[in-house]
Amino acid sequence: MKQFGFATSKSRTIEYEKINSALISYIVENEPSFSSCMSCGSCTATCSAANLTFFNIRRLNMQIRLGEFENIRQEIDKCMLCGKCLLVCPRGINTRNVIMLIKKGLVTFNLVE
Amino acid sequence: MIDVIIIGAGIAGIDTACNLHDAGYDVLVLEKEKSMGGNVQHWSTLFPSKRNAHEVISYYTEQVRKRGITMYLNTFVNSIKKQDDGSFEIHTSREVSFKCKSVIIATGYSLFNAQRKEEYGYGIYSHVLTSADLEKHWQKQSAEFVSPTQKPLNKVAFIHCVGSRDEKSGNHYCSKVCCVTAVKQAITLKQQSPHTQVFCFYMDLRMYGPGFEEMYREAQEKWGIQFIRGRLSEVAEHIDGSLQLKAEDTLSARPFKISVDMLVLMVGMESQKSTAMFAESCNITCASNRFIQPLDHHLQPNATNVEGLFTAGACIGPLSVFDTLNHSKSATLAVTSYLK
Ligand SMILES: Cc1cc2nc3c(=O)[nH]c(=O)nc-3n(C[C@H](O)[C@H](O)[C@H](O)COP(=O)(O)OP(=O)(O)OC[C@H]3O[C@@H](n4cnc5c(N)ncnc54)[C@H](O)[C@@H]3O)c2cc1C
Ligand code: SF4
Ligand code: SF4
Ligand code: SF4
Repeated sequence: MKQFGFATSKSRTIEYEKINSALISYIVENEPSFSSCMSCGSCTATCSAANLTFFNIRRLNMQIRLGEFENIRQEIDKCMLCGKCLLVCPRGINTRNVIMLIKKGLVTFNLVE
Repeated sequence: MIDVIIIGAGIAGIDTACNLHDAGYDVLVLEKEKSMGGNVQHWSTLFPSKRNAHEVISYYTEQVRKRGITMYLNTFVNSIKKQDDGSFEIHTSREVSFKCKSVIIATGYSLFNAQRKEEYGYGIYSHVLTSADLEKHWQKQSAEFVSPTQKPLNKVAFIHCVGSRDEKSGNHYCSKVCCVTAVKQAITLKQQSPHTQVFCFYMDLRMYGPGFEEMYREAQEKWGIQFIRGRLSEVAEHIDGSLQLKAEDTLSARPFKISVDMLVLMVGMESQKSTAMFAESCNITCASNRFIQPLDHHLQPNATNVEGLFTAGACIGPLSVFDTLNHSKSATLAVTSYLK
């Protein structure tokens, strides 16, 4: 096939039918409070890791919902499990347990290399 | 025996009392405070028209006076007891009790005490106010607002959902009127002090009523008020006395810091303590938000699970003045058909 000097980039569209929901289902099953997140950002605002790095626990939640696992393994290790996010969450989500479940789930479902 | 006793002389209680009086019933109003009008007495202007709240209160004061309706002020109702014959006995702080055929609870709401949200600094920093403080200030003096620190107001932030939609405060529900109140107050501040930069920190903007969305748009287009989608996580004071706010700007997915000269907390509504007392003395069903549960939201919005006992106004949950007065009008109809 003839090679052009560019590659078509991957579509940025979220294709709902293609979402891998294994991890989100696992988390919600074990920490039902997770499904009540309203994306207020209090957790990220209070998180020391978020103030210094690209780590963003609220966005991580969104990525898991979309089944986007690239970077998650690497990102999740920046969490120090300090629990500050848990103290501010207005929906009373046990965010720390969510992080633990993400770590476990990534391995269980073989979602990372 | 009195036909109807109305507990609470806020706008809901007064409106129902006047309407029932006009329908030929014998009514008595009991109010714990020294004046009538409830919470609206303390507001400066009312959204969406920004009319003077005092106009509404003086209108109702005049209606009560004209009709010669009996109202006991400084009378706190402790309990409601249903009698075997279906009538009610009302016990008050005056150590007198009253008998009546039916009761309307119009006890409204109380304001969330912002000190419970310690991380927002209310009661700690003098330049952290509540929406109610600001209304009271404007009611007393319509002049330009001066910060309690006397410093010029370069930046002011309004914080939505304080004590509402927050499990940590024990209140999971939305207080409905505080989004539009924030927009109204932000515009008023800009009108008085055009050089002040004004920010609203919100999670969702609930502009559900007539004219609300228009006010939001006016705030953006005409006054340059900035809306930041993120909930305040904490407040700290700088050495220079300004307040540093921390939130996430969720739309850009980055932590956000800003120093402001004044912070306004949009405090929510909570069920009155008396509601719980009545619920106990008379077995009234309350909803999970602790406000009184209407028997049927659509078909019997004023009835409760106790026959002969009705509600009017914000004792069933957060309501605007407009919605409160609609609810009090339907209370009149409900009681009239009960007593027929
Ligand atoms: C900061 C703020 C600003 C607002 N601004 C607006 C606005 O601009 N426009 C608008 O439409 N709405 C506004 N609202 C909403 C408005 O305040 C309510 O709609 C209104 O107060 C509801 O009236 P109500 O009579 O049901 O209750 P209330 O005003 O709460 O009155 C209840 C009355 O019952 C009395 N009472 C309570 N318990 C007892 C007892 N046990 N015995 C005897 N008496 C008792 C109380 O003392 C009070 O007088 C605002 C609310 C807040 C918090
Ligand atoms: S537990 Fe992790 S995500 Fe939560 S605040 Fe601490 S470092 Fe941030
Ligand atoms: S604080 Fe709680 S509700 Fe808010 S974004 Fe974080 S997890 Fe979601
Ligand atoms: S009306 Fe707005 S500020 Fe008030 S609780 Fe609801 S969302 Fe929050």
